[in-house]
Amino acid sequence: MDLAIKLSPATEDQKKLLAKVEKEAGTSVNLCYQCGKCTAGCPAAFAMDYPPRQVIRLLQLGLIERALQAESIWICASCETCSARCPRGVDIASLMDAMRRQALQQGKVDKKVAAFNKAFLFNIKNFGRAFEAGLLLQYNLTTGQPFKDMELGLPMMTRGKVGILPERIKGRDEVKKIFERAEKLGGAE
Amino acid sequence: MKFAYYPGCSADGSGIEYGMSMERTAKILGFELQELEDWNCCGATSGHNTDKLLSLALPARNLAIAEKTGMSMMTPCAACYSRHRHAEHAIQHDPEMKKKIEQVLDMELQGTSETVSILDILAHKIGADEIAAKVKNPLTTMKAACYYGCLLVRPVEHTGFDDAEDPQTMDVVMKALGADAIDWSHKTECCGAAMVTSRPDVGNPMLYRVLKDAKESGAECIVTACPLCMLNLDMRQAGIEKKFKEKFNMPIYYVTELLAIACGDEQKTVGIEKHFVEAGKYLQTVKVRAAEAKVAAEKAAAEAAAKAKEKAEAVARAKAAGKTADKPKEEAAAEPDQKKIEAFKTALTKNPDKMVAKLVDDPARAEILATTLDEKRIAKLAQLMAADMEKAKKAADAFVTAELKKQGDCQD
Repeated sequence: MDLAIKLSPATEDQKKLLAKVEKEAGTSVNLCYQCGKCTAGCPAAFAMDYPPRQVIRLLQLGLIERALQAESIWICASCETCSARCPRGVDIASLMDAMRRQALQQGKVDKKVAAFNKAFLFNIKNFGRAFEAGLLLQYNLTTGQPFKDMELGLPMMTRGKVGILPERIKGRDEVKKIFERAEKLGGAE
Repeated sequence: MKFAYYPGCSADGSGIEYGMSMERTAKILGFELQELEDWNCCGATSGHNTDKLLSLALPARNLAIAEKTGMSMMTPCAACYSRHRHAEHAIQHDPEMKKKIEQVLDMELQGTSETVSILDILAHKIGADEIAAKVKNPLTTMKAACYYGCLLVRPVEHTGFDDAEDPQTMDVVMKALGADAIDWSHKTECCGAAMVTSRPDVGNPMLYRVLKDAKESGAECIVTACPLCMLNLDMRQAGIEKKFKEKFNMPIYYVTELLAIACGDEQKTVGIEKHFVEAGKYLQTVKVRAAEAKVAAEKAAAEAAAKAKEKAEAVARAKAAGKTADKPKEEAAAEPDQKKIEAFKTALTKNPDKMVAKLVDDPARAEILATTLDEKRIAKLAQLMAADMEKAKKAADAFVTAELKKQGDCQD
């Protein structure tokens, strides 16, 4: 059993990283007194390795790498129930969000979620709008599951719910530049 | 009333019925929707999962266009609504971030935009009374679970038009349409729409629980104001039924579809036939039940009116008769009481403990009376109870006192 955590003082790097994540999330983990209300209301906690309260605890203890590797941050559905209910005003959902981005930067990532996000943003960057059919196809192909949800594709078409071609907006170049400038300005800061 | 309209990427794709019924809703209620010029996708969950600045800048481009129109911007999709409110909040409250967003957009922002949800417009800007006034075919007897999901009501500091735990705006609208808005516990639970594609092992149980709670709470349909919730609850319901071996047959509707239909639209006009879970038959059932309820209500009203008339006539007759003789007046008044007296007699005989408790507060004294009731006392009490409860209580009390005295005498 490896339940106990051997604590050593957080390193400067860990402190810096935590401060960065907290700043981006606009919240402080030290406010948390571990009541567990976030976990109690979390609709996805059943599937998490570390439920929300424990993720916060890892951060409080300076164990940010372990938190960034937790599957939990990719299981979080961003429904914001935790943040809405926290009696200490910790914005847990925003922290999860900031940690996902941090993990993404470090390449620690749930591949399927990342593939979906990439496909989604690729669409917007090139057309200005999301193209649902193209998005699902691209996602299925890049994740090696070409027949996923196939039984839903045809009924979607017969109901007139799938466009054959992506909609392109006039300001495509403008949108492309937004992507480029956001990346250059280091949006994750 | 006029709004800039941000339909979002699903309004002519997976959420086509939402787009159709939104246009009808605007027309019926008399507000105007002017599509935002050359709008772009808000980036949704993928945006804020990837890059914060990008996730704020994408909706901010739309807000910049919207603020130039001088109108509030309405978006039907809960995710679009949430992302635009997030960006608005950052622009208005975080000067440092505002500057960064302006750099990324390469334009200046006034920070005057206001993104509103359709529920906010329906419940607050138009109001239940005005909606009810437009209803032609009320959805009487419809048992609807109003489903708000996550992004319309949370986070409160970004949304704030309704209660985050027990929101009411959709309930108010559904009641104005004549439906029953049932109470249930998953009103604001997340349906897992963001998870079902990439992590079905997480998303499916979330979806299952929402459907199950609605059904167990007595809902016959679920109403939503979010195209992602719709897609999830409707398109994936058959898969969930198979996976969890449980039938739901739960039709899902957009609140705008039901509004248009209650105000006289045909099902086809708002795209009911495009749903995955058959949704037309339930609307027919509601129509039939509503018609029956209407007939029953009319019949009851007519009967009540006839009764009132009869009574008034009897009183008038009694009054007229009372001038000549007192006797018929008494008869007229005593007549309906006979039934009551009989009912009290039966109750006192069959259920003495319960009935006596109504007359005597003290349990010990009540017991004495209950065990000593005879035909004579029952007749007397029943008569008094039918006429005047206070008198009956006094009589009951007297019986107990007499009984106690009798017992005391014996002991002496």
